[in-house]
Amino acid sequence: MNASNSPPTLAPPVAPGPLEWLRKNLFSNWFNAVLTLASLVFLYFTLVTILRWALFSADWQPVTYSPLLFLVGQYPRAQLWRPGLSLLIGTFLIGMSWGLWERYIKPFAIFFAILLTILAIFPLKTPTITLSIRAVFLASPVLIILGYRIGRLPAVKGKYVITMWLLAAIFITLVLLPGLGNIPALPKIATTSWGGLLITLLLAVGGITLSFPIGVLLALGRRSSLTVVKLFSIFFIETIRGVPLVTVLFMFSIILALFLPAGSRIDRIVRALLAMVFFSSAYTAENVRGGLQAVPPGQAEAAKALGLSNFQITTFIVLPQALRLVIPTIVGQFISLFKDTTLVVIVGINDLLGISNAVLNLKPQFVHLQMEVYLFVAVIFWIFSYFMSYTSRELEKSLGIGKR
Amino acid sequence: MSEDNKTNETIIICKDVHKWYGDFHALRGISMEVQRGEVIVIFGPSGSGKSTFIRTLNRLEEHQQGTIIVGGIELSHDVRNIEKVRMETGMVFQQFNLFPHLSVLTNITLAPIWVRKWPKDKAEKIAMELLERVGIPEQAQKFPAQLSGGQQQRVAIARALAMQPKIMLFDEPTSALDPEMIKEVLDVMVELAKSGMTMLVVTHEMSFARAVADRMYFFDEGLIIESGTPDNIFKNPQEDRTKLFLSQILSH
Repeated sequence: MNASNSPPTLAPPVAPGPLEWLRKNLFSNWFNAVLTLASLVFLYFTLVTILRWALFSADWQPVTYSPLLFLVGQYPRAQLWRPGLSLLIGTFLIGMSWGLWERYIKPFAIFFAILLTILAIFPLKTPTITLSIRAVFLASPVLIILGYRIGRLPAVKGKYVITMWLLAAIFITLVLLPGLGNIPALPKIATTSWGGLLITLLLAVGGITLSFPIGVLLALGRRSSLTVVKLFSIFFIETIRGVPLVTVLFMFSIILALFLPAGSRIDRIVRALLAMVFFSSAYTAENVRGGLQAVPPGQAEAAKALGLSNFQITTFIVLPQALRLVIPTIVGQFISLFKDTTLVVIVGINDLLGISNAVLNLKPQFVHLQMEVYLFVAVIFWIFSYFMSYTSRELEKSLGIGKR
Repeated sequence: MSEDNKTNETIIICKDVHKWYGDFHALRGISMEVQRGEVIVIFGPSGSGKSTFIRTLNRLEEHQQGTIIVGGIELSHDVRNIEKVRMETGMVFQQFNLFPHLSVLTNITLAPIWVRKWPKDKAEKIAMELLERVGIPEQAQKFPAQLSGGQQQRVAIARALAMQPKIMLFDEPTSALDPEMIKEVLDVMVELAKSGMTMLVVTHEMSFARAVADRMYFFDEGLIIESGTPDNIFKNPQEDRTKLFLSQILSH
């Protein structure tokens, strides 16, 4: 009998069902079973303890007392439409990104929409959340869905949305929030009154988007054949990497003034941001360099043999492959940058963590409620960090196709 | 090979080419002239300098002494000359060196679009014709990793041809292939040779040499030990080292 005529041999069937799954994954042998049971007991006690505390004995007053403090700090209440508009622009763009890159953004966009809806209708007995603020929160999920619909249109391209994000970021951080002196509708608002999540996101997003390109340039510079560029890159990277972030923050906050002409001042948030960017770019550079080294030399050779210029070889051949390889490390580094923004507290900037400390000192009865406040802040950090690592994982999976 | 393809135009001139890696003298005075349309096979033991030599012809390796003139352009430190020579020479590597993050089609069209400045549709049309020529037009949208070794090497040949080079350099194009895939690549190379392409091929595929080579060069220790037509080399080798090497690679 000819092999091609014989019926195909099938893999033995796997018994379906949750019981089979349980047996295979959790109770495959006695040791596994003991581990499973021990974990269950552990989970039960921790979860029950935390839930019982959170629902019955915790006092969430500091958190509910003034949610606005956590969101924008002391930003003048009369000018709240400005962060409100920023939120609306942001949610619309999140919606468009969801429509365009469904795979990466979807869970975050949906979660965000639900969270904002809850915030809008949450029965808080606090006068600080006015009806117009609730209206903004309620409009956000609508804008997310509107943006999603628009983002699904075939005419919408990734480069447009990225450009819109960049323009929106520039408009919000340089015009809308700080204000322009000569326009009465947009009075200047000193950054000393900014705070909370606003600062945290500003530092994180600004730090990530600025440090990434600088880091890539430093990585390329370190491999450059031009001695001056190479030495400068090595000097910069090794100096920054040899110093703790706290030191860099202090340097930029205090010593930077020495190097500037007398009388000129850089805003303290910009100084903190510069410190984060410098710090993060040195690490990005080393991560990217690792990726560059992992690209086989044959790739550049083949590109050379085709007549491509060095610049083309770097942009089309070497860098795309190198960056793909280092996505997990780079995202990991961005997550730590996001969390490191809390260090700006020490130079007197009230980010989310700084605001928490301020809130705890707001009323005498709040002082002992650190657990509630810090847990609340931790959850916010966890949400954003988890979103970043989720996106990174999906990105890795989808880029896996072209891998050798 | 059919004589009518060849003109008397000398397309490659090498005079006393030397190359050192540190203290190691890899090329010890190579001189060679290639006419347009000729197919040259270079063979020899590993470490004999044959790959190094072929890589000096498009300046992937720098020679430190002697003269190399390719298509009338002398290779020196002048970057513009190097770019011109690379535009006129295609190269196929032992490890294929396809760009793994780009589709087969983009692998082929990248250089024509960015170096030759062709419009995208022209580049894609020519790329599809070349994929047709190497026999795998249906693979255009796939990524290199989804192709077999033989298919990848055929894409690499198409990629090099897309720049419409005057000369094709092959650096052991079948050495990394499984035996059953060698033939499909050699078939493409034979077809290319018969179309009149000037080819320099570093290979141990003696069947290919017999079929299409005009001349063969035997390299050892950075020197050309012997050269001649395939007939001369196979039937009447003059040097002992050539005889020994041929007996080693032809015995099985």
